Amino acid sequence: MSAHSVNWFRFASPASFPPLARALVPWFAIPSALLAAAGLYLGLIVAPADAQQGEVYRIIFIHVAAAWMSMFIYMVMAFWSAVSLMFNARLAAMMAQALAPTGALFTFIALWTGSLWGKPAWGTYWAWDARMTSELILLFLYFGYLALRNAIADARRADRACSVLVLVGVVNIPVIYFSVQWWNTLHQGATVSLTAAPRMAAIMLTAMLLMTLAAWLYTIAISLVRVQAIVLERERSVSWTGPAEASQ
Amino acid sequence: MSLGDFFAMGGKAFYVWGAYGVTALLIIVEVLAVSARVRNARGAAESGGGSR
Repeated sequence: MSAHSVNWFRFASPASFPPLARALVPWFAIPSALLAAAGLYLGLIVAPADAQQGEVYRIIFIHVAAAWMSMFIYMVMAFWSAVSLMFNARLAAMMAQALAPTGALFTFIALWTGSLWGKPAWGTYWAWDARMTSELILLFLYFGYLALRNAIADARRADRACSVLVLVGVVNIPVIYFSVQWWNTLHQGATVSLTAAPRMAAIMLTAMLLMTLAAWLYTIAISLVRVQAIVLERERSVSWTGPAEASQ
Repeated sequence: MSLGDFFAMGGKAFYVWGAYGVTALLIIVEVLAVSARVRNARGAAESGGGSR
């Protein structure tokens, strides 16, 4: 083993990727579960009630984590889509494909939890303010991506069309992120930012960051499982319809 | 804080547990669906792989 170096390019080939992905899954899934347990314990049991909002603020621990992930996953999909278009890389497109359902899931969770928080905090489940509307557009971008994939039978053509869709939709991400600054929104401004001290208690911030890290590791784990299925499903369809040597 | 207080969430149980419950449910569904999908894909790859 030590006599020869590992050929890392081997793992860029879809055929040899599933075993690697499979081996990596527990390294993300188990820490994710542990961090989520710690985050839930801190957020639901240790952290005190909020001085203004009482208990209902505890929705923040999933709401913020889900909202951050909804934007972050889209940016990662945009990265893989760009790699896929530039280098005609199949595996990069499959990575984007593997992330899309989880991105849609977190976007829906962000909207759902935000709605359930909005009612007691603002008196309404929904308002057409810039933050919420742009997050809803993000959900439609994920749905559009998934629908476009399903509509195109040829996987490589679907890769290209979907990559273009993701890259066009990327303009929506800064709109979501800065919407609370650009417009006068019902949604509050950033509670945590890179440039200013967080405007929340340390215990609440810790719980929120634990939940975010758990969501991040969960996303890696679930997409590493899904990408195995995608690789195997595509190989199988190639072996049915492609040239004879593709089945070997 | 008693267990009853914990579940009552200061009278906001519907909102708090509605948020946590649906989130937990959706993640469980995703894990089960993706697990089933990869199991099917592996099964199909093993059964159909060498014969063609």
